Amino acid sequence: MIVRIAAAAVTVAVATAPQAVWGQGLEADLSSHLIAISTDFTGTEVVLFGAIAEPGDVAVVVQGPPEQVVVRRKAQIAGIWMNRASMTFQNVPSYYSVATTRAIETFADELLLEREGIGLDYLRLVPSDAEGAPAEEVAQFREALIRAKQREDLFATEIGQVNFRQTLLFRTTVSFPANVPTGQYLIRVFLIRDGNIVTAQTTPLFVSKIGVGSLIFAFARDFAAAYGLAAIIVAVLAGWLTSLMFRRS
Amino acid sequence: MQVYLPIAELSVNAFVILVMGGTVGFLSGLFGVGGGFLMTPLLIFIGIPPTVAVGTQANQLVAASVSGVMAHWRRGNVDVKMGTVMLAGSAVGTLIGVWIFSILQRLGQIDLVISLCYVFFLGVIGSLMLVESLRAMFRRGRSGSGRGKLHKHNVLHGLPFKMRFHKSRLYISALLPLSVGLLGGLLVAIMGIGGGFVLVPAMIYLMGMPASAVAGTSLYQIIFTTAIATFLHAYTTQTVDALLALLLLAGGVFGAQFGTKAAGTLKGEQARALLAGLVLLVGLKLAFDLVSVPVDLFSIEVADFGR
Repeated sequence: MIVRIAAAAVTVAVATAPQAVWGQGLEADLSSHLIAISTDFTGTEVVLFGAIAEPGDVAVVVQGPPEQVVVRRKAQIAGIWMNRASMTFQNVPSYYSVATTRAIETFADELLLEREGIGLDYLRLVPSDAEGAPAEEVAQFREALIRAKQREDLFATEIGQVNFRQTLLFRTTVSFPANVPTGQYLIRVFLIRDGNIVTAQTTPLFVSKIGVGSLIFAFARDFAAAYGLAAIIVAVLAGWLTSLMFRRS
Repeated sequence: MQVYLPIAELSVNAFVILVMGGTVGFLSGLFGVGGGFLMTPLLIFIGIPPTVAVGTQANQLVAASVSGVMAHWRRGNVDVKMGTVMLAGSAVGTLIGVWIFSILQRLGQIDLVISLCYVFFLGVIGSLMLVESLRAMFRRGRSGSGRGKLHKHNVLHGLPFKMRFHKSRLYISALLPLSVGLLGGLLVAIMGIGGGFVLVPAMIYLMGMPASAVAGTSLYQIIFTTAIATFLHAYTTQTVDALLALLLLAGGVFGAQFGTKAAGTLKGEQARALLAGLVLLVGLKLAFDLVSVPVDLFSIEVADFGR
């Protein structure tokens, strides 16, 4: 486990070091590249800060590790609501939030936003098993997916604010809820001027469990059978011990 | 105090979990049922993913049943022979149940089937128990106990493979406890419960066991069924959250001890009437959820891969 965290730290160092180059006119970094989920984790915030060489607009897109999501729609059959139609979306970011200096439509056109997936309206979410389905229906399922993710606090409901400290220094806060999925996050920072991307930079962020929680998780995943047996033994002992305690009193 | 659960992957208030465990444990000791039919919906209600709720619940029930069975054991209320025959059936039932579970999960209908099972079993058994216990209370109020035979014989008792169960003072076909156990095993796997609320009435009304031996024997059997379910869940779906289980245990085992003590002060039919009321209440709530218009017609399921 310690080895894994050390490895993650090294990956962070290697991945972040060479990417920020002043000549490109944009440099950004995070207050922390590792979100450690310990037993008392209740969510956290990470500060992204940076500088641009010349004035322009900044957009920050944070995406969690991709996952496959099945969206199901209920229909009433014989009075009972049950799942009927379903669509499967591939490569859905497990977490998604955007922060910009101004309302995105004011400094970028749809084409650019769609190409880079900036903003929930422009995020590419296409079902893999709905060929021939009417566009309206696909849009319904897509919206339902976003709605459900927002209910879980994993998709931001509003676009965050990137603030300029001086004309060229910016910062923004990215908040992660307690149920934040683990894995490697990708943070993309864009400098946009005159409707074009001047430069872009990507920064990784790692979310991983540490401490007892991480041990339990790794044990459960890597040694599932032993974990199952251990869980039974602990339960039997706990039940037996309390029974003894109560007998004496 | 907030605690992050490593398998459920979210943070919960430890105090809330302890109180939930204690309350359900108390009822478990009082009625001789595992309490899974209350705990699973409660866990889902506070935001635990249903699969984790089911897996963890099985683990917690192991401890609660061990703790509960010890108290009954000391009073000689456990029919080991009967429990073991039932266990043979429930082991098979659990395996079949897990297989059915995986098929339904693939079809996206597992939630519906779980709810329908709950509504059906809770409704039928709750009503039967309520009627029976009220009738017994009424009878007792009018006259003293006027029992002639030790227990009523029905056609099921006469099936082949007859066995003598000394503790239960029964001489009945082994097929009966075997199939009751099988049903219990199915329920453990599909509904994520110990199955006590189905086993207890089946043992009383179908098998004709004396009420004193029912709670201890069903708990004895549930220890093994839930242990098998814990192992299968941990091994196949990795949905047993040890930390959550320990928190539930801490509350649950204490609650169960008090519940067992309180059981001595309640008359059998009073306890059954209370349990019946509780069972019916949960069943009605679930039935209402099935027919009322959902808040959101859509739901999502994340396919775990590569994590």
